[in-house]
This record gives sequence, structure tokens and C-alpha cells, in this order.
Amino acid sequence: MSDHMKLYEVFLRSKRGLDHKHVGSLHAEDAQQALEYARDVYTRRSEGVSIWVVNSSDIVASQEDDCESFYDPHDDKPYRHATHYQLPDEVNNM
Amino acid sequence: MTRVLTEAELEEKFQARIDAEEKIEPKDWMPDKYRKNVLRQMSQHAHSEVIGMQPEGNWITRAPTLHRKCILLAKVQDEGGHGLYLYSAAETLGTSREEMNDALHDGRAKYASIFNYPTVTWADMGAIGWLVDGAAIVNQVSLQRTSYGPYSRGMVRICKEESFHQRQGYHIMMVLMRGSDEQKNMAQDALNRFWWPSMMMFGPHDTESAHTAQSMKWKIKRQTNDELRQKFVDQSVKQAEVIGLKIPDPDLKWNEERGHYDFGEIDWEEFKQVVNGNGLCNRQRMAHHIKAQEEGKWVRDAITAYEEKKRQRADQAAA
Ligand SMILES: [Fe+2]
Ligand SMILES: [Fe+2]
Ligand SMILES: [Fe+2]
Repeated sequence: MSDHMKLYEVFLRSKRGLDHKHVGSLHAEDAQQALEYARDVYTRRSEGVSIWVVNSSDIVASQEDDCESFYDPHDDKPYRHATHYQLPDEVNNM
Repeated sequence: MTRVLTEAELEEKFQARIDAEEKIEPKDWMPDKYRKNVLRQMSQHAHSEVIGMQPEGNWITRAPTLHRKCILLAKVQDEGGHGLYLYSAAETLGTSREEMNDALHDGRAKYASIFNYPTVTWADMGAIGWLVDGAAIVNQVSLQRTSYGPYSRGMVRICKEESFHQRQGYHIMMVLMRGSDEQKNMAQDALNRFWWPSMMMFGPHDTESAHTAQSMKWKIKRQTNDELRQKFVDQSVKQAEVIGLKIPDPDLKWNEERGHYDFGEIDWEEFKQVVNGNGLCNRQRMAHHIKAQEEGKWVRDAITAYEEKKRQRADQAAA
């Protein structure tokens, strides 16, 4: 293994009321330092009002190759969508 | 040196933020009463989603076609998901799900009184989707603009999923109204039973509502009970008319001057009775919720035991 500092994923909330969004990652010694680096490299133009940093190794991700078995059951359920139900024009804004 | 702000100054800043239409986020300072008020509303909303699965769950095995069964199953599954979104959002206020659950079981927390009415015919699935989800949507659309960030974002997510709930319910009613006399009567009977309880979903009149003024000032609520109820009436009249259903209210009529429908008075005594635990199904709903939790305990225990075993194995391998 390299003796690089730990990798952190950075999430920014651009405006109060919105979800934090992933913007990238960076190396840092600890969480506090990661926050400071994130501020320096990801919010120089007031891109965010709140920053989250998360150890990259703590992120558990699904694999895109698993896609079929993971998501497939949803494709044959058109009745989960509003457009599946044909209603009279007068009330179709429901 | 920065001076520590007093409670009054903090509160002033807090209100200024709300007045400026900014959201309050979990780590912000907030008045204790705001926290309690939002928590009360969110947990009540979460409980309603979950308890609301029971009256519809009652018909899953008896849906008239496989297609209707799939739809109903998908809808009830959504409601369970809505409960999860809301419990998680409420947990950001520092109260655990177990605490919320306990409060539900010992009656400190409430859920929507509508779910204490029985579902006795298939048409009730139509009436619930059309009216109960319809009323919930009116409320939830308004709550997308609530001041607490996690609640607001939850509402946006939920509203997207709700759209099919109301349409599938209305579709059930529409199909019944194109059927035999018996089917038409069944649809009308369901409307007769569910209309007034749906009207009660918006809560007491503004003049009677204990929390309205403060909730509006803090923008936890964006429209009052009576405003939302009016919106629901106005949209429902046309919907009933188009498929030949009659709303069971002799006082219902268009008021040209107001630009809204006038309508009759709700039976508030019935509302009070149901809220206080004396509706037709209150005891059954709670007993079922508690039973489901108890009977699911072995699954949760098994998960914990399995996790423990995995950890021990990993420790051994590392040693
Ligand atoms: Fe829902
Ligand atoms: Fe809901
Ligand atoms: Fe729904």
C-alpha cells in the first residue's frame, strides 16, 4: 500500500433546503483537515453552504454489472407510473 | 472576540432565516418548541403512512384481478417506503425510531384518524386512493415548502410517488361506475362512507386548531387546515361529477362570490371520538402494529446474531 493520506469523498450543499451532492474527492490526514481542504478546493466560488466529508473506504457501492439482478424487477411494473392510468380529459390533471 | 448570543438573539436570527424562505437544517440552532412541533408533525405523518397500510392491506388477497392486486401491492409498498423516509427525516431531530414507536404504542403520538375506518368492499380501495390519497397530496404538496429541510425534501420525494396512488383509486371508481347497478351502488356507498372522514383529515377549523398560528409563523405549515380543505373540496366536486358520483353533502354548492364551493359542517363529535381512540378500528390497528413488531422480533434478532458471528469470524481470521 502507498503511504498516501486517506481518501475522502466530498459532498456539498449548494443552498439550504437542497440535498448534499457529491462533487469529488481529496486526500487528507483526518476529517478536520479534509473539511478544510474541501473548503479550499471545492468552494472557492461560494459553491456551498455546507460540506460533508466521508472516508471513501466507508462507502459501500452497488456494482453496475449487478444491474440486472439488482434493478430488473422494476422494469415490468408500468402501473407504478401515473401515466399508466387513462382518465377522462376533464380530470386528467389529477 | 465573538460574544455568545443570547437565546433571544438566536431566536431572532432563526426567525429571520425563516422569513427569508431559507430552510432550517438539522445542525442549526432551533428553538426547543420548533423541534418539538416539527417532530410531532413528522412522526404523526410517518405513523399515518405505516398504519395506513392496514386498511388497504386488507384487500390485497381479495383484489378482483391479478392486475389490481399488483397495483394495490405496489401502492401499499410505497406507503411503507414513505413511512421510512419520514421516520429517517424525523430522526435528524435527535429522537430515535424506537422512541417514536413507543409513543405510538402508548398513545402519546397520533396518526391520521381516517385509517380507523374499516374497508368493507372493493370500492373502498377506489375511495381511499381517490379521496384519502387525494387529501394527503393536497397537504403534502403544500408541505414541500415547509421550513425544515429534511421534511421538505422528503415531501418532494413522496409527492412524486403519490401521483399514481390517487389515479389508480379514481380509476377503480371510474370502472365501477361504468359497470352494473350493483357496482355503481358499491362505488357510491364507498364515497358516502369515506367523504366526511376524508374532510376530517385536514384537522380542526383554524379557529380551533391549537398549533396553527405558531406553525404558520415558523412555516412548518404553509397553508391552514381550512385553506387546504377548501382546495380538496374544489377539486373533488368535478372529479365526482365526471364519473356520475354524488358527494354526500346537501349543502355543497358553488359560491360565485367566493369562487369556491360552500359545504356543510363536519361532525366534530365523531372526529373527536375517533381521534381519542373510539373509532371502529382504533384498537385493531394498534394491536396489529404491535403484533407485527413482536412477530418480527426473531428476524431482527437473527440479523444481529449473524452480524455478531461474522465479526467473530473476521476477528479470528485476523488473529
Ligand atoms: Fe404515502
Ligand atoms: Fe402521505
Ligand atoms: Fe399514497
